[in-house]
Amino acid sequence: MKNENDSFHTMKPFFGKELVVVNIGISPFYDDLKKQNIKATHVDWEPPAGGDQEVVALLDKLLH
Amino acid sequence: MVTKISIKKNQYRDSVFLMVISEQARSLPGIVEIAVMMGTDNNKSLMKGVGFSGSDLDSARVNDMVFCIRGESQEAVENALTQVEEMLTRRPRSGELADVHKTLDAVIRERPETNFAIISVPVPFAARETKKALNYGLNVLVFSDNVPVEEEVELKKLASKMNRIVMGPDCGTAIINHVALAFANAVTAGPIGLVAASGTGLQEVICLIDRAGYGISQAIGTGGRDLSDEVGGISMLRGLDILDEDEETEVIVLISKPPGPSTTEKILKRVSKSPKKVIVNFLGYDTGRISNSGAIAAGTLEETAYLAVATLKGEPYRYKNFGMPEVEMKRMVENETERMTRDQKFIRGLYSGGTLCDEAILILSSIVGEVYSNVPIQPNLGLQDLSKGYRHCCIDLGDDHFTRGRPHPMISPEIRNRYLLNEAKDREVAVLLLDVVLGYGAHMNMAGALAESIKVAKSKAESRGQYLSVVASVCGTTRDPQDFSSQVEQLRKVGVVVMPSNAQAARFAAMIAVKLQSKFRT
Amino acid sequence: MERKETPGEKIKQANREAVERMLAAQPVWVDVAKAGDVIPGMTRNMLLHAGPPQKYDNMCGPQRGAAWGALIFEGLARDAQEADRLLTSGKISIAPVHDHDSVAGAAQMISFSQAAIVLENRTNGKVYYTHMKEDTFIALRYGSYGDHTIKKLRWLADWIAPVLSKGLRKAGGINCREIIAKSLFMGDEGHNRNQAETCLFEQMFMPFLFESDLSKEQIFGVAKLLKQDENFFLYPVMASCKAILDAGKDVEYSTIATVMARNGTEFGIKVSGLGDRWFNAPAPMVKGLYFPGFSEKDANPDLGDSCITETAGIGGFAMAASPAIVHFGTATGVGGSVSDAINYTKEMYEITEAENPAYQIAYLDFRGCPTGINILKVLDTGIQPIINTSISPKEPGRGQAGAGLVRAPMDCFKKAFRAFAEKYGLTASS
Repeated sequence: MKNENDSFHTMKPFFGKELVVVNIGISPFYDDLKKQNIKATHVDWEPPAGGDQEVVALLDKLLH
Repeated sequence: MVTKISIKKNQYRDSVFLMVISEQARSLPGIVEIAVMMGTDNNKSLMKGVGFSGSDLDSARVNDMVFCIRGESQEAVENALTQVEEMLTRRPRSGELADVHKTLDAVIRERPETNFAIISVPVPFAARETKKALNYGLNVLVFSDNVPVEEEVELKKLASKMNRIVMGPDCGTAIINHVALAFANAVTAGPIGLVAASGTGLQEVICLIDRAGYGISQAIGTGGRDLSDEVGGISMLRGLDILDEDEETEVIVLISKPPGPSTTEKILKRVSKSPKKVIVNFLGYDTGRISNSGAIAAGTLEETAYLAVATLKGEPYRYKNFGMPEVEMKRMVENETERMTRDQKFIRGLYSGGTLCDEAILILSSIVGEVYSNVPIQPNLGLQDLSKGYRHCCIDLGDDHFTRGRPHPMISPEIRNRYLLNEAKDREVAVLLLDVVLGYGAHMNMAGALAESIKVAKSKAESRGQYLSVVASVCGTTRDPQDFSSQVEQLRKVGVVVMPSNAQAARFAAMIAVKLQSKFRT
Repeated sequence: MERKETPGEKIKQANREAVERMLAAQPVWVDVAKAGDVIPGMTRNMLLHAGPPQKYDNMCGPQRGAAWGALIFEGLARDAQEADRLLTSGKISIAPVHDHDSVAGAAQMISFSQAAIVLENRTNGKVYYTHMKEDTFIALRYGSYGDHTIKKLRWLADWIAPVLSKGLRKAGGINCREIIAKSLFMGDEGHNRNQAETCLFEQMFMPFLFESDLSKEQIFGVAKLLKQDENFFLYPVMASCKAILDAGKDVEYSTIATVMARNGTEFGIKVSGLGDRWFNAPAPMVKGLYFPGFSEKDANPDLGDSCITETAGIGGFAMAASPAIVHFGTATGVGGSVSDAINYTKEMYEITEAENPAYQIAYLDFRGCPTGINILKVLDTGIQPIINTSISPKEPGRGQAGAGLVRAPMDCFKKAFRAFAEKYGLTASS
């Protein structure tokens, strides 16, 4: 039975074999990832509840 | 002069996008000033600061987009508004249709193999998005800055529970699996792994390692506040674990400003348990203490890089002040000082990188005495008037004070050009000290963008019968998007002394100041 | 011992219930009749308008024109001035059409003698109403009140309505669910493009006219109506959407939107778990393309009940089924690119609870239309419902100004959410 701590067993790389990135926020970071030919997606982010944090706090309680 | 202020309710675009639009619109015909920003209190006072006012502006809310335009005619103003509208609707979408989504949930659904998130959303929502990402099992780099410390701790504890790492908040640099993230350099792959609580500190070290012909396995950021006692170094400890287990990593490097007292203990204790050699640079921290823990202590960022390489090679290493022979250094100092006058005394550092600025202050302080700054090592050395230099000083122009509502000096040359030209008016200035940071995210030709002001600054001094020395270092690699050698060349062409590292640049500037002291017996 | 259900769980359960009822709806167009004969609570001196409650004083230009036209049509006033005096006197009841199980387009004022579409939800037997278009351009719903309009309203009520009624009864009702579903495979989205629906309706319906006891002239009247108005079927679709959404109303704890509507001044929503309350915000301006002779300066803020289609998951929510919608060449083009159209639909999946198996979008591998707007998701994602719609001019009587896109205001959802939290006693610490 494979044991992760077994020195004969190859450790699973912490960050995975290939980095697959999601960029949430400013798009230049996404553009730079594409320049490096990385598998990446961009989230065209908008603030929840029109930016109203009071609403967001309660929302989080109800949604998650 | 015609002024117009208009508000678009409930319209959001990120600050970088709006800044780019404002800058583009500023060059439209007949436009004197234009600001397109979200209606946060900070932004509103910035806009008021440039002379816009009124109830419309006052009543704008955080999620409203504000347009402030001042132009020579009604026509110019209307035209600018139309153009800005067009720019706004031209969404910056690169890549295929499939690569852009509105939410993280949509991304995970379409691309479930996603394993890493970069988060740069406005501060009130950064923790929330990070939590979402962690709950999806992603590792996260949080670029957003000024997140409350309780939220940072909560996130890092969640990350530990999920067996993941949060790099940040306030983490601007990382290289993971050889991918440059945010503001990072293109470096060779190799066996040196790093964990850093400082962006430009990390960049300086990896660039020097790369230029020395060696490579990086992972460069893990922790965010600027990770090593405070409130956070307790959670991410640095995790980073150490990762590098200890990483097969590619043979030598480990830790970089940070001095950690909180209990965190220092924790880290050094953990370091002593590492099976790999660890080089530690806690920027100015007692190197004796570090050595006692079994780690290899490094004084400067440059020394950190060369120690790492030497350790890798299994060779002993003795740090030298300069790469070039002493006789060469003397000659260069002669060159720079021969046309200087008696009243020229001071060094003025104009920095884009925070840690580079800190390092310069430390080095200069140990040689020329008191160094003032907006980020001083002693509170009594704080700069009162941040608009210009005072005696020996180094200004971190990337500090929050300067970057609210304005682009970071690593992205835009504007603020440094302004300060350059201003300092050139001061008869007492002998040396201007600069950093030029390359890599992804940074300006594509910072050297070229600064060259003109450097020329003007030097000729101003010349017209007074003085000589203004400009000393710089370029933090970058030959693989960076910018052309490294061309950057160095453009600086040299306008008379800048380009040193191979920030430490050497600071030291050289200090040499000039010392030389002047002896020359004029002051 | 059973653990007490958390508010979050109650909401999830309630939403599932509300949406299931909506998805189960079977809208069937059963009849056309005089408004006063069928619309509950309708009286001779009443005018019904789209959107949240509106007073005559607050009405936008097109609505005033429509109010005058309706009163003239009813014979209650001889001209606009007399109509105005009558309306100012308070003798005319003005009510939101939604209070009477109906919907109205643009600035329409439904009055007693107008022809009304009668639509039944066969699943629960409930009936809903709306008016028809007497003209595509110079029309009451754009504020026209001249002779042309009065004549055409008369024509609809006296000549067209009875014929349609006979045919519909002969047919045993026309299945709107089927028409909407098929039309989505044919390039319609159901709000700005109803051309396929209209063709399908004609194909299904005409034989029943021939089978009924009608003259050639009478049948020709209907054929002419359909020929002149290639988007004729919008109104039966609007009534269908009303029927679908109303099925899911009044479910305790549900955060699903049951109405989105505008009156030219305000944009309002209703939420299932919050009964009949309106949550309003200033009506936004539509961003779009204008017909010759019109520009942004002429536009009225967003107006009408037609976004009931989006609320039910079609219209702007189904733009991915209708890439031609962006093309300015068509009378209803909203601008943008085809990939924009597809992305809008994709966005809407983020704020809705279900994919309607009855209404599928071929291009998205037959995913059902995004149905059941959850106000919590709107708030959470920051994504506002997208609506594609016609643009009415500010001045009455000028016809349609253009078409474009508009988003439901976030404030409506915030207000509804606060009311929801208050009603159900929810706080961040509960």
